[in-house]
Amino acid sequence: MATALRTSEVTKIYGKGNSTVTAVDRVSIEVKKGEFVALVGPSGSGKTSMLAMLAALLTPTSGRIYIGNDELGQMDEKERTLFRREKIGFTFQANNLVPYLTALENVELMLRMNNQLDKTGKTRARELLVRLGLGDKLNNLPAQLSGGQQQRVAIARALVHRPEVVLADEPTSSLDTERAFQVVETFSSLIHEQKRAGIMVTHDLRMTKYVDKVIQMIDGKVTRVIDDPVQISILANTSSFEASDNYAEGYSSQLVIPMTAANNSRLAFGVTG
Amino acid sequence: MPLYLAIKEIWRNRGRFLLFSMVIALITTLVLFIAALAGGLANANRQFIEKLEADLLVYQENSDLQATSSRLGVSKLKEIRRVEGVADVGPVGISSATMVFPDGREGIDIALIGVEPGKPGDPPLQEGPGLKSKRANEVIVDKTLSDRVGLSVGDAVIIKSTQGIEEKLFELEVVGITDERQYFFQPTITVPIETWDKFRPQAGGEPGEVIANLFAVKLSSSADFETVATDLPRVVDGIEVSNKQKAILAIPGYTAQQNTLNTQRVFTLLIGVLVVGGFFQIQTLQKVGQIGMLKAIGSSNRNVAISALIQIVLVTLLGVGIGSLGTLLLTLTFPGNIPILFNATTVFGAIGALLLIGPIGGLVSIRLASKIEPLTAIGLSS
Repeated sequence: MATALRTSEVTKIYGKGNSTVTAVDRVSIEVKKGEFVALVGPSGSGKTSMLAMLAALLTPTSGRIYIGNDELGQMDEKERTLFRREKIGFTFQANNLVPYLTALENVELMLRMNNQLDKTGKTRARELLVRLGLGDKLNNLPAQLSGGQQQRVAIARALVHRPEVVLADEPTSSLDTERAFQVVETFSSLIHEQKRAGIMVTHDLRMTKYVDKVIQMIDGKVTRVIDDPVQISILANTSSFEASDNYAEGYSSQLVIPMTAANNSRLAFGVTG
Repeated sequence: MPLYLAIKEIWRNRGRFLLFSMVIALITTLVLFIAALAGGLANANRQFIEKLEADLLVYQENSDLQATSSRLGVSKLKEIRRVEGVADVGPVGISSATMVFPDGREGIDIALIGVEPGKPGDPPLQEGPGLKSKRANEVIVDKTLSDRVGLSVGDAVIIKSTQGIEEKLFELEVVGITDERQYFFQPTITVPIETWDKFRPQAGGEPGEVIANLFAVKLSSSADFETVATDLPRVVDGIEVSNKQKAILAIPGYTAQQNTLNTQRVFTLLIGVLVVGGFFQIQTLQKVGQIGMLKAIGSSNRNVAISALIQIVLVTLLGVGIGSLGTLLLTLTFPGNIPILFNATTVFGAIGALLLIGPIGGLVSIRLASKIEPLTAIGLSS
């Protein structure tokens, strides 16, 4: 599979002089087309900063980010805006949708911005929403949709313009467990079907059930990369919500990913970074 | 794209935007009314002098250009006529009287104007043959009066005047109708100068020379205004000379009144700027997350700003439109004696200013919107 996204020693340092915080510390990751990756880590681990840099919203202090044929560091503000519009699909925790546009209009907005709102584009938008189970909600305003439905509209919007990379910022944070699983499962199957590179930032380890790779960040560094399906399934199944919640709130142990996962592993976890 | 979002947002929140347009409509109505009132009041004060057939006005020396405190004997007319550049001159007497009605209707206070037939000061007529001689019992009424009372040429009118301790009644025949020429809010009736001298309120006693209040001077076409204005007081004793504009500004209270109304108008516009500014700023603050999201998915700063500007312009246009139309309809229901006057320059000036208050007031919110970072969409800030 072709590489869709690659970072090399990406570092983000906030502040100047003596009061600097290294949010992201020499992170090198790779995501292939058709691969769905979970970026996990507690609050303050740098995963959101990492996401922002991948989305060309934030400039790395050093290091390089390659998406498709583009090197993000070379772009000026205008090019980054255009890049986000064409190459990135994005879902957010909150304020996901434009409140005065219907579900269909929200999805079409992405095409409209890219001048792709032709007949095929319109059909694609409609089909995506139907595929996401919103066929009867096309003309509903966001306020008339549940949290899970809104999140699914956002997923459709993130995919409709065929971006290189789809980024999801905590897509399940406002959903109950059942809906959270449904949303991530659909998300995952669409990423695979449409051969996009998907990166989901989450602090809920149970959601890793549907991903191909888990990248764990702590203190700005990548501490683990799990790409073995067995390992991932063990990780997802043994993580209770409480555990993952504690994990998010603040960890004290180095062993954030439950030991059971490590014990059952044929491969030893390589601690990188 | 910006137009699409701007219009969709307005349409899906049309109640809120319409309400705000109504606020702008009310501000528009207020501004237009103040402008019309200023125009109307100014007009009622200045109309007579403004329309007087004269290039120059002559007052008694040191009368501060006040017609009522100026006394000019008609014998001076000859001297003035001899000055080079003066084409003609006529006396204008101004006093007050009451028009009474035999059928018991309430009398109307009027300004009684005396002029010499055919000389400067004699008003041009819309209908009727006009004054024939210096002493005929004839009268020209202005349109304000003919409209209010319903007079036409050939009708008889009765004027009541107080002379000494007696109230005297004079009957006159309407020989002409001139355009609206109010003098200090009073309709005017114009009679021959000697008739005027006989009618006007006076203490009684032996009448000598006819005393007018001011002279209306017409200049010959080649004459230079400034030269004649300087020459006249040098050649003729005891007079001062003014143009109409200066005479109007000297009307008691005129400048103060206009300044007050103009201040009100400017302040209403300023309030408008603040109201529009406040509304759109609050609206933008409420949309920070949403605007951040739009920028994060690839909306440019420029498009966000244009969208905001389009909304402001549309809402302002609608508000000013409704307000102007409403003002127009409202004034149609007004009785004729309310001094409001819509003059094209002031109205379009006011509407122009009103259309500008939107974009000016909205500048802050547009700036605010363009400063929102796309990073806010994922809860970060740089």
